[in-house]
Amino acid sequence: MATKLKPVDIVLVGFGWTASILAEELTRTGLQVLAIERGKYRDTVPDFATTHIQDELRYAVRNGLFQEPARDTLTFRNSMDQTALPMRHLGSFLPAVGVGGAGVHWNGQTWRFLPQDFVIRSHTEQRYGKSFIPPDMTIQDWGVTYAELEPHYDKFDYLCGISGAAGNIQGQIQPGGNPFEGPRQRGYPLPPLKRSYATVLFDKAASEIGFHPFPCPAANTSAAYTNPLGVRMGPCTYCGYCEWFGCGNYSKASPQVTILPVLRQRDNFSWRTHCDVTRINLDSSGKRATGVTYVDEQGRQFEQPADLVICCAFAQHNVLLLLLSKIGKPYDPITNTGVVGRNYAYQITSSVDVFFDKGTILNPFMGAGALGQAIDEFNGDNFDHAPYGFIGGGYIALWTTGGRPILQHHLPQDAPKWGAGWKKAMADNYLSSTSIATHGSVMSYRDAYLDLDPTYRDIYGDPLLRLTFDFHPNEHKMSGFLTDKATLIAEAMKPRSLHPKPRDGHYSIVPYQTTHNTGGCAMGDDPNTSVVNKYLQCWDVPNVFVMGSSVFPQNAGYNPTGTIGALTYWAADAIKNKYLKAPGPLVQV
Amino acid sequence: MTFSTSRRSLIKAALVLPAVGLVGCGGRESASSTVRAEPLFFSAQELAFVDAATRRLIPDEEDGLGAGGAHVAAFIDRQLAGPYGRAERWYMQGPWADGIPQQGYQLKLTPAELYRTAIHDVNAWCQKQQAKPFVSMAGDDQDNVLHGLESGDIELARVPAKAYFQMLWENTVQGFLADPMYGGNFGFAGWKLVGFPGPRYNYVNDIEQYGKPYTMPTVGILGRDRTLTRGA
Amino acid sequence: MDTLHRQIFSHLAVLAVAWLAGNATAAPAVSPDQLARGQYLVRAGDCASCHTAQHGKPFAGGRGIVTPFGVIFSTNLTPDKESGIGRWTEKQFYGALHDGVDDEGHHLYPAMPYPWYTKLSRADVDAIHAYLGTVAPVRQEARPVQLPWPLSWRGSMVGWNMLYFDAGTYQTDTSRSAQWNRGAYLVEGLGHCSACHSPKNVLGAVKKHESLEGGSANEHWFAPGLGGNLRDGVGSWSNAEIVEYLKTGANLKSASVGPMTEVVMNSTQYLTMADLDAIATYLKQRPAAPTKSPPEMAALGADALARGQALYIDNCTACHMDDGRGVAGVFPPLAGSSAIQADEAGTDVHVVLSGSRMAAPASKPTGLAMPAFGWKFDNAQMVDVINYIRHAWGNRAPTIDVDLVKAVRKDVKPGDSPSRDAVKVRADAHARPALWDVDEDPHLRPHAPAAPASAEGH
Repeated sequence: MATKLKPVDIVLVGFGWTASILAEELTRTGLQVLAIERGKYRDTVPDFATTHIQDELRYAVRNGLFQEPARDTLTFRNSMDQTALPMRHLGSFLPAVGVGGAGVHWNGQTWRFLPQDFVIRSHTEQRYGKSFIPPDMTIQDWGVTYAELEPHYDKFDYLCGISGAAGNIQGQIQPGGNPFEGPRQRGYPLPPLKRSYATVLFDKAASEIGFHPFPCPAANTSAAYTNPLGVRMGPCTYCGYCEWFGCGNYSKASPQVTILPVLRQRDNFSWRTHCDVTRINLDSSGKRATGVTYVDEQGRQFEQPADLVICCAFAQHNVLLLLLSKIGKPYDPITNTGVVGRNYAYQITSSVDVFFDKGTILNPFMGAGALGQAIDEFNGDNFDHAPYGFIGGGYIALWTTGGRPILQHHLPQDAPKWGAGWKKAMADNYLSSTSIATHGSVMSYRDAYLDLDPTYRDIYGDPLLRLTFDFHPNEHKMSGFLTDKATLIAEAMKPRSLHPKPRDGHYSIVPYQTTHNTGGCAMGDDPNTSVVNKYLQCWDVPNVFVMGSSVFPQNAGYNPTGTIGALTYWAADAIKNKYLKAPGPLVQV
Repeated sequence: MTFSTSRRSLIKAALVLPAVGLVGCGGRESASSTVRAEPLFFSAQELAFVDAATRRLIPDEEDGLGAGGAHVAAFIDRQLAGPYGRAERWYMQGPWADGIPQQGYQLKLTPAELYRTAIHDVNAWCQKQQAKPFVSMAGDDQDNVLHGLESGDIELARVPAKAYFQMLWENTVQGFLADPMYGGNFGFAGWKLVGFPGPRYNYVNDIEQYGKPYTMPTVGILGRDRTLTRGA
Repeated sequence: MDTLHRQIFSHLAVLAVAWLAGNATAAPAVSPDQLARGQYLVRAGDCASCHTAQHGKPFAGGRGIVTPFGVIFSTNLTPDKESGIGRWTEKQFYGALHDGVDDEGHHLYPAMPYPWYTKLSRADVDAIHAYLGTVAPVRQEARPVQLPWPLSWRGSMVGWNMLYFDAGTYQTDTSRSAQWNRGAYLVEGLGHCSACHSPKNVLGAVKKHESLEGGSANEHWFAPGLGGNLRDGVGSWSNAEIVEYLKTGANLKSASVGPMTEVVMNSTQYLTMADLDAIATYLKQRPAAPTKSPPEMAALGADALARGQALYIDNCTACHMDDGRGVAGVFPPLAGSSAIQADEAGTDVHVVLSGSRMAAPASKPTGLAMPAFGWKFDNAQMVDVINYIRHAWGNRAPTIDVDLVKAVRKDVKPGDSPSRDAVKVRADAHARPALWDVDEDPHLRPHAPAAPASAEGH
């Protein structure tokens, strides 16, 4: 029996990036805001302290900062005719747990999606004709435009202190930036990071081919920074332990480093940790949420009443919570009806490893999570797709995120897998090899979706989420195309040898690829194909909002955090200035 | 097989555990004494197997920078005695099915159990082939066994050989290249082989020195003392 | 008449009216202005820091003040009639602050800074009393002192007072500006800065001729000199830098640690700019202390220097940088820092051992923290790295030895140790003491950070 607690105005499920942003924005209204987080409280000191955080085994290999499948996992299959089995340990993607969420362990690669990405169906139909889109591809426009989001992208950039070189300020193309990006109102708050040797070689090679390389936008600070909230960050020291680690010296933007210091001082904000939200509760009409039910560390059940419930958990977890709470109609791929769980997407990555002579010392261990040089010629619809017969694209970048030796070494194709030959190859290549990455979009499809698993259960006896997903020919074609372009650049770097590693075959949950899982709670302007409207408000239960990449109707060729931040500020603005003034549906259909 | 320990490492372990009541004992002790210690998880025979196998996977050769010199077997022993060995973070609820490779690890066994079972079965296989356990075989024959496990050509009685080899190899690389405080990478063997200077926190003045070797001494989380491990 | 004096004047007027009304037993009428004034003075006097226990109710006392002689527990300043000061008259309250004698005529220990508060005007003391009468009453009895005889006998303070205590309200120095006098009143009186920032004799009294030249702030913290010395005083600080430090806890030269973080958070951040300017004016017109000559860098010896430098480079440069200059406005510099170069290195040892968190007032909310190194460095390493930072980059200070580190380690809490240190002891640990599970154990929770770490925030 749940203990009923004193009501609050707003409950945030989860306490990562999106919850932190919302809490900061919404406590300004004077309302009582409560964040409920399943993991523990974490701060730079002691949890990510410089004294111990650079521990590859503990954090990168043994997943110290991530979700424990023992408590929470999903089942997976490639296709509907298979039986899904549990993801027993993490692999392909690494959801976070604890305050700060994945904002703690990300690399800091902070992109904006292209203006066309938000209108991909109408744009594609208009440029290439309706028949260009395969019949089973379920891509749709977002319902929000780049122009609408731009001020909110800007806000997130300045919150984080992004280091970068603008490519397009108010329509004026800037030298040295990404000429393909959408117009931004002003430049980045900080100049680009220093470059590593490998990125310099990439830049030279890409320029020689005629591409337009630029420094990747980084939430690693190129200098000390004070953000608009008055919170101070130190400069990045290129230690090479960003992704899968917390930052020990306040130089990688995270909720802890950018927002929590001011949030902690707000009397109308509170949080609870080690609490699993298991349900959003509805009233008898099913049209109004009354709060949430959660279980604390001791297994006690509580009901927390609230006027407004906002899902701020990791993408799939938001979808699971909606399904378990019976909010929105679950998606059925057979009848192609329902919306919750529909349009799950991912990203497709590949790489080209580049090996120089032993004398070319690249010192790969000096780096930063978003220290990279990229080209954007082949992202989105930046090029004419007509000759190629696929939709989408991605950036090609050389990142020097670090040289952690267990997981970040590269070996030539012909190197023995173990034994004396392996050892020699390690000695010969660690310091003088690097890798070019492609980071490709994944479209949404009728048979890529999330639903409740019929067999497997979590620690509370609730069904696990079931993921049905595989790469489609469109993505393989696109990724192969990107890999070929990356190989061109690799060759122009004049290495001793190179090793293209295209992403072939079925999607596998085993090797790490990316934690850019999207969809299942798509946003849009039609309740028949979306769970939330353009303000991220549930069509069916207007006092429930959903944040994060679960609302992406399909995935783009960029890391998602910049867009997640922008969407959160956009939604916060709508909640503050529209919803709270007149609670109810913000979009009428 | 020896396990390195030292008074100082005991002190380090004690310092982080105020409850033990040793806080404050200090002074710099030389880290020279080396004692034999019992393994935490393995039996002596199991430890001998893992030591022999990992020495084939990353041979010491003349430079000594291999799995033997790096104490990789000791590392694996400690890992299997801990949360990793017990699969504490893994979802270990049934029902159990083989699945397809894309679905990943679906064995009912924890890593510790997989090791125990596989070592027994590999030795049984060796006994059948050559009438001696793995550790008594010639190096080339040991390599052949490992290749057979890797390819799955050798069928073990109770566990999939490929799954075991995969785990053994991953753990070997980890023991060779993880921070030495976990008991492997002894003397920074793995890091010295590849040229990784260890976890350093500031390359602001170095990152633009393109093509130049980085010359600072190797450092671990517990410092430059190359013999230091936490506990033993 | 400035605002402040006007407030005092109006306050006096109200009191006078109350007195004239002959209503001696009932609480005098207190205006909102007076209460605001009282609250301001209570903050300026930093009463809350000592009179509030950790996680305790405000002003309810019970905090152990660790002195070289033993532990003295702060008393309950709330208006609770039994355990607090609810029955104290203005006169009795004034007696405590002015003479160091409580309502029953018992002598206070000078852990209560009456040797400074004696300088307060009666009006200010009455305003403080009036304000304290409005805080939430808390029933909490005073805890007995933990002192050896004869100090445990309060009568012993009569002798102490005879030797070291001069009662007397602050007398304006007419040869100085009003601003200087205001600064002197705050520094030498209400703010009781020299209680920590001065050397003390064996009986814990400030050595009057060395006032504000740096001294113990208890529990091994050393409060650096506030005189004009360049090396270990505020001689290199501008007035504006002193003001910024007191207002926000940090400036380009330094950042607060330990007890000073408390002072900033509970007291100086609330002072008006005029008062902070006055404090800066007073401090900057103090002469430099006689120059001591600490050893040159070379005296450390090449080996010790090399060991210290290696530790510094491996462990400290993520924030303080190779050149010891830190990062302006973020990480405090060690080079040229008066706190680092203080004659006594207790603060250096304290901070390296157990870490530190900067003040986080609303004006500088970040609250950057330094992690603890006590779990990582042994005592010899502590000595090496601290001697290094006290001598590198032109710094000069007396060297330290292992005894100081041992002494501090004995007394300080481990501080913010990383969660990996929540190491599970195996069941057979006594048989084989070296065997710990070092990998992360999800069932073990890390040391909680000081605040806000609880499962429930706010």
